[in-house]
Amino acid sequence: MNVRVETAPFDPGAETNAFLAAAEGAGAAVTFTGIVRSLPDQQVAILTLECYPELAVNQIGKIIAEATERFRLLDATVIHRYGQLKAGEPIMQVMTVAAHRQAAFEGAEFLMDYLKTDAPFWKKEQSPDGTERWVEAKEQDDEARERWTR
Amino acid sequence: MKVLYFAWLRERLNRGEDDVDPPAEVATVADLIAWLAANDEAAALAMANPKIIRAAVDTEIVPHDAPIAGAKVVALFPPMTGG
Repeated sequence: MNVRVETAPFDPGAETNAFLAAAEGAGAAVTFTGIVRSLPDQQVAILTLECYPELAVNQIGKIIAEATERFRLLDATVIHRYGQLKAGEPIMQVMTVAAHRQAAFEGAEFLMDYLKTDAPFWKKEQSPDGTERWVEAKEQDDEARERWTR
Repeated sequence: MKVLYFAWLRERLNRGEDDVDPPAEVATVADLIAWLAANDEAAALAMANPKIIRAAVDTEIVPHDAPIAGAKVVALFPPMTGG
């Protein structure tokens, strides 16, 4: 298990390769990379992620421990950046490895759903004209998380 | 006890933390929010709807009825938007 909460950019490909190199003999690995979104009708120039790092490390560690037990993951890594990011930059990466693909996929989805609602990060978007707004928590994110408790 | 504020809560208060020494009857997170609001106009406005405020006591996320006795750091923040 590996948790990294940091401001520095990371190389998604290099991280994936390093993770796979350590996953000896496992049958399935899943990697998800979250990227700063900027859509034509909702342009984002800069995304600022505020973070409470001590709590983030603690929370993500707990979420990984739960996913590991529930889906019998052989290993999992979460990298989550904070600070100022530009559109197109990787924000976060979740990597899971398991004996079979279903467990690796479900473990990664579980981690993503919980990170959205239970890890102490707060996104603020700045549009190209300088307007800033805090991203509001979405109901569908709570619903996505709740499906794992049913 | 240190109280940390994050995101729009921090912005509305215009500060990231407070050092406070609440009286003994301020026993839970909910009590602390009410006490902060009662003692500070900016806090009263920022925490007008306590239900949407989340809390952590000594880096553990807790419900509003959690005790704060002996806590070193209480963090108050809006719903999280990570991932």
